Amino acid sequence: MTSIARLGDALGLSRLDKRYLAPVLVTIVLIVGQVTFGFLESWSRTALAIGTSIGMELLLGRLLGGSWPHLASAYVSGISVGMLVRSPEFWPYALCSAISITSKYLIRVDGRHIWNPSNLGIVAMLVLAADTVASLSVQWGNTLLPMITVWVFGSVIIGTLGRFHITATYVLSFVAFAALRAAITGDPFLAEVAPITGPMYQLFIFFMITDPKTTVKPRWAQCLVAFLVAAVEAGFRLMQFVHAPYYSLFIVGPIANLIEIALTRRAARAAASPVLLGSPAVSPLPQEATRVRS
Amino acid sequence: MKSYARPLLAVLFVALLATPWLIRRYGSRATATAAARDARSSYGFRLVESAKAAGLDFVHEAPTFDAKLAHIMPQVASMGAAVAVVDVDADGHADLYVTSSREGSRNRLYRNKGDGTFEEIAERLGLADLNGGRTGVSMGSAWADYDNDGFDDLLLYRWGRPELFHNDAGKGFTLVSEQAGLPAWANINSAIWFDFDRDGRLDFFMGGYYAEGVDLWKLPTTKIMPESFEYASNGGRKYLYRNLGGGRFEEVSAARGLASTRWALAAVAGDLRGTGYPDLFIANDYGVSELFVNDGGRFREVGRQTGVGYAPKSGMNASLGDVLNQGRFAIYVSNISEEGILIQGNNLWVPSSGSTGALPTYENLARAMNVDLGGWSFGAQFGDLNNDGFQDLYLVNGYVSASRGESYWYDYSKVAGGHEVVISDAANWPAMGTRSLAGYQPKRVWVNDGAGRFVDVAQMVGVTDRFDGRSVVLGDFANRGVLDVVVANQRGPLLYYRNDVAPGRSYVAFELEGACRPDTPAGTRCSNRNAIGAQVTLHWDGQQQVQEVFGGSGFCAQNQRRLHFGLGAATRVDKAVVRWPSGKMQEIPSPALDRVHVLKEPA
Repeated sequence: MTSIARLGDALGLSRLDKRYLAPVLVTIVLIVGQVTFGFLESWSRTALAIGTSIGMELLLGRLLGGSWPHLASAYVSGISVGMLVRSPEFWPYALCSAISITSKYLIRVDGRHIWNPSNLGIVAMLVLAADTVASLSVQWGNTLLPMITVWVFGSVIIGTLGRFHITATYVLSFVAFAALRAAITGDPFLAEVAPITGPMYQLFIFFMITDPKTTVKPRWAQCLVAFLVAAVEAGFRLMQFVHAPYYSLFIVGPIANLIEIALTRRAARAAASPVLLGSPAVSPLPQEATRVRS
Repeated sequence: MKSYARPLLAVLFVALLATPWLIRRYGSRATATAAARDARSSYGFRLVESAKAAGLDFVHEAPTFDAKLAHIMPQVASMGAAVAVVDVDADGHADLYVTSSREGSRNRLYRNKGDGTFEEIAERLGLADLNGGRTGVSMGSAWADYDNDGFDDLLLYRWGRPELFHNDAGKGFTLVSEQAGLPAWANINSAIWFDFDRDGRLDFFMGGYYAEGVDLWKLPTTKIMPESFEYASNGGRKYLYRNLGGGRFEEVSAARGLASTRWALAAVAGDLRGTGYPDLFIANDYGVSELFVNDGGRFREVGRQTGVGYAPKSGMNASLGDVLNQGRFAIYVSNISEEGILIQGNNLWVPSSGSTGALPTYENLARAMNVDLGGWSFGAQFGDLNNDGFQDLYLVNGYVSASRGESYWYDYSKVAGGHEVVISDAANWPAMGTRSLAGYQPKRVWVNDGAGRFVDVAQMVGVTDRFDGRSVVLGDFANRGVLDVVVANQRGPLLYYRNDVAPGRSYVAFELEGACRPDTPAGTRCSNRNAIGAQVTLHWDGQQQVQEVFGGSGFCAQNQRRLHFGLGAATRVDKAVVRWPSGKMQEIPSPALDRVHVLKEPA
């Protein structure tokens, strides 16, 4: 157990149903952002995103799964869309949520959805509705206090969920690649680091890349994927893509999941067939001996 | 999952992905793109660019600041092209004063000869050579008759030393800055005249952009940039100069409640509450707009309470117009919209409640009325361009047009969202080189359909330029009963769009003159001679429209003070009601159509 996870334990977070921790954190982010800077396009738009997300989850979960689904995941998706999408229109908020949740039920491999739903939804909007939609970028001031607040709460909660290593790996990788980009482009290092000090990244590093449903299982692989997301993002940034992190996760995330699924299939097939000549079965991605599970 | 569920889900998913395209294809966003053989018959007017023929040969030049800013010079030196309408010799023909900004460049005063052409007289009158590293360079001008002698005086604002020039009967100008007590240095980007205390003497407001301690030619540090892209308050202070008479002014901003160090780019003053006192609206770059209501000569900031000061954007314009013919002003603020990167959207603040004297509340109807997306928007003005009885909207835009194939947007957005330590230091901004930033943008000429929607007809009516527009003004330069358009472009030519309105559309116009004179004793109830602050409400065909005489509006701009009402096919006007700044009311029953009414304040 990490020290951050122990802190969360001391605060009693470990006694909570883990499914509620991410919603609690994202709600804190929303409140801090809105109280300090009024960073939402409007409450009504965010409410529309959340409502659509929950409504779609209830509808599709009941129709396709036969039971009422737990709504924590849909709430997180909805609130993320409500904060990350920037548009003077209302419909992009509803549409982005609807795309996000629908993708979760449609695009599944071996019962797993392979894209982070809100990442897919936002990428879809940025590509298909660029004339109307942008992403959260400058709407959260440029001061340290809100970011520290989010980092403190975020680290404790994500630590309690046993996923802080993903966030830490990504941040360290981003900074390293920022230095590399600065060396390549000749731009100031601080300019290259600047994006990660903005509000969009706080949501990205605490919610999107750590999403338990769409990340690979082994801890070392999670770190590798986080590193690769930062690496591909650096490539996009060198090509001057403004929304580089979304695109990077959109590409790296599913590939990592598909690789893990393929390896799991092979392992399952090998386990189901007779062992020949005493050769070991093909294993999926190796797991750690001790692992904090959510 | 049932066997048919997945295909159905796939259909739903594809339909969702196709929705943006369907909305674009079949949505209600109104832009006139269909070829119109005759714009006049389709839209009621066309605009013909006629600067050269009219003798307007001005091209704006930009300044060069301290070498520490060389890597982002196009971005920093991106303002200063401004135009104001003034009748400098009081001959009844609207003249133009245009500012340039390169050190050593000349401002221009184009006198309207009354025959459709202009002549340059700034050199002769001593108003040309006003840009230099020691004094700063021009950002704009505001004109008004501060001593009520019948001739408009010049307030020239700079990034540098602002200056006040007294107009000596149209024959020359005398520098009176010292007597007026103007600051030695301030980076002013907006100034307007208004009579905030209604004493019959015009006062003026100046809004600082960079902090007044910043001398852009001698920078000891590069930490001069905004501390935040949308929450910055490290800009320039505000100045409110109260006219004491006799050419003397007193700076009273603190005493009268105007304390702000946001990055002001535009201001307009108008009576938004029906109190008779002009309220002050300031559009700030890198932050929220501010609305200072005027409680009998003292100001109170109510942006949040009224709704206009809640969401921070990049305010670059402030203009007022009665867009719904409801007898109340909406406020138009321009911001930044770049496809896929930053969609702030412009704001059209329409009053949704508020009785006389009470605080109004505003709702942003820019999206609903289709005036939200204008690119990197700058100056805008309301005016009835096609004389149909409704206020149209002319918007200019474009930030830095350089290389067509290279964009600075990525680097700009990268730093703009960063921590204040990063964004506030120019040294951290990547080199701009020859890249464009929101360049070569199409302008917007939004025609008001009278039913709450505007349609962009710019390309159809002849506004096809792609210069980096800054300041736009409207005026009837040939006394033809139509509003012509003049646009000042950064690093570009002055454009003069001559308006050709379709026949069969009437108008009525009013030129107002207040009763105060230089020798009027203090305490006399009379209006400033320019009648700045006077409101005229026109009643016809069961509708009404209010207009006010402004002492500056838009972005670094000042329209002709004459109030122009288009009337469409109307054959009579019921009445015009004038509320003078002094509070006197005057009713003109059935004013004659198709003429300019010269109204003098009654005793």
